[in-house]
Amino acid sequence: MNSRRKGSTCAIEVQGLHKAFGPLSVLRRLSLRVEWGECLVLLGPNGSGKTTLLKVLATLARPDAGQVQVAGYDQRQYPAHVRAAVGMLGHHSLLYDELTPEENLRFYGRLYSVAGLEQRIAEVLKRVGMAERRRQRVRTMSHGMQRRVALARAILHDPPVLLLDEPESGLDQEALSLLKGILKGTVEHGGSVLMSTHNLEQGLALGDRIAILAGGRIAYLESARTLDAAAVQGAFRRHTGASL
Amino acid sequence: MTNFWRAVLTILWKDILLEVRAKETITPVLVFAFLVVIIFNFAFEPTPLLVVTVAPGILWVAFTFAGVLGLSRSFAVEKDKGSLDGLMLAPVGREAIYFGKLLGSFLFMLVVELLMLPPFLVLFNVPLFEPEFLITAMVATLGFAAVGTVFSAMSVNTRAREIMLPVLFFPIVLPVIIGAVAASGPILEEGSWSDIAGWLQFMVAFDAIFLVVSSLTFQFVLEE
Repeated sequence: MNSRRKGSTCAIEVQGLHKAFGPLSVLRRLSLRVEWGECLVLLGPNGSGKTTLLKVLATLARPDAGQVQVAGYDQRQYPAHVRAAVGMLGHHSLLYDELTPEENLRFYGRLYSVAGLEQRIAEVLKRVGMAERRRQRVRTMSHGMQRRVALARAILHDPPVLLLDEPESGLDQEALSLLKGILKGTVEHGGSVLMSTHNLEQGLALGDRIAILAGGRIAYLESARTLDAAAVQGAFRRHTGASL
Repeated sequence: MTNFWRAVLTILWKDILLEVRAKETITPVLVFAFLVVIIFNFAFEPTPLLVVTVAPGILWVAFTFAGVLGLSRSFAVEKDKGSLDGLMLAPVGREAIYFGKLLGSFLFMLVVELLMLPPFLVLFNVPLFEPEFLITAMVATLGFAAVGTVFSAMSVNTRAREIMLPVLFFPIVLPVIIGAVAASGPILEEGSWSDIAGWLQFMVAFDAIFLVVSSLTFQFVLEE
């Protein structure tokens, strides 16, 4: 992993982030810090701003105010460095239907200037269990298979920071355990993961810390080691008025 | 090769591959352009005197409307699975995305124009495979694609993009269409380079200005 800035003290640092869409403020002076070697799980009801936060971190949306640093790079000053350091898996697969997984990854790999690209493509497709289907067009694949290829695309350039928006959606048990392996591998190698989810069980299993996003800011943040499902559900109800 | 050109060619390669695989755009665009030419052929009695007067207009009406159809698909394919976000997530300058998409649209339109020339030649019997006309078509098409790529990106997020694209785009690109029609007239009358030099210079200047302006404004269009 060479995309992080030398001397960067944490993977993600957000201070006073504000983002509005017209009159609707989605994020309100949000502050958050994710350490290297940590997986932070973000919980929140629909519309709480989880996707917006991930998009701002990935440079897909501009913050209205506040400071955002990813892998030691300021999001506004060094957007290309931030993009090189981030692997994002969102709601969409970002794949081209008429291309095969291999061709999709070759396309993205060239944009990211991935060294030893063909070898890396073979490696990541094997990691997500799609090596056998590397030459099948994406449009002929099931949703779950497309999600696996999308995951391969997100990790293709070996990013030190993974931003995952409900990554478990559409994955079967086998794919879920592959995902867990990839996330654990990233964290063990000193990288960081920020993932949003509605699946409390997965969140507790994968996260080092659990955060609840409510009212446009981090309303709750605790170490996952000290928590059980009932405690998180209680906190979720208290802060959002909804249940998980 | 620099990272910029590698990214431009990668985007171009992807667009060509997608079109070769799906043929989603070229077939309907060719059918449409061919129908336009056929309708005009029946609307006018193509006498030799009339043909040189109306043929440039007919030809560029066909090219222009076919081009708009192609441009409207240029960014629509990027929206289907959110792959526009994939492009925006890549650590390449927005200018590289602009020039990659521009080259794709430019080549697509050139192919459509080249495929339209033989039927036009048969129906109207005018000298189209002349270097003067081919250069005019290339220069005009480059200007068309340079402006159209930005407006295609701008309209892709609007609800009625098929309507919004021509409404926004035609007023800006009108000078280059007028230049193309005006330069094609003398060529069909078997004129020389000197007859079209003024219009060619005008279109080259238009291309240069809009290539610079469009590449600079593209990042704002893409991000907002």
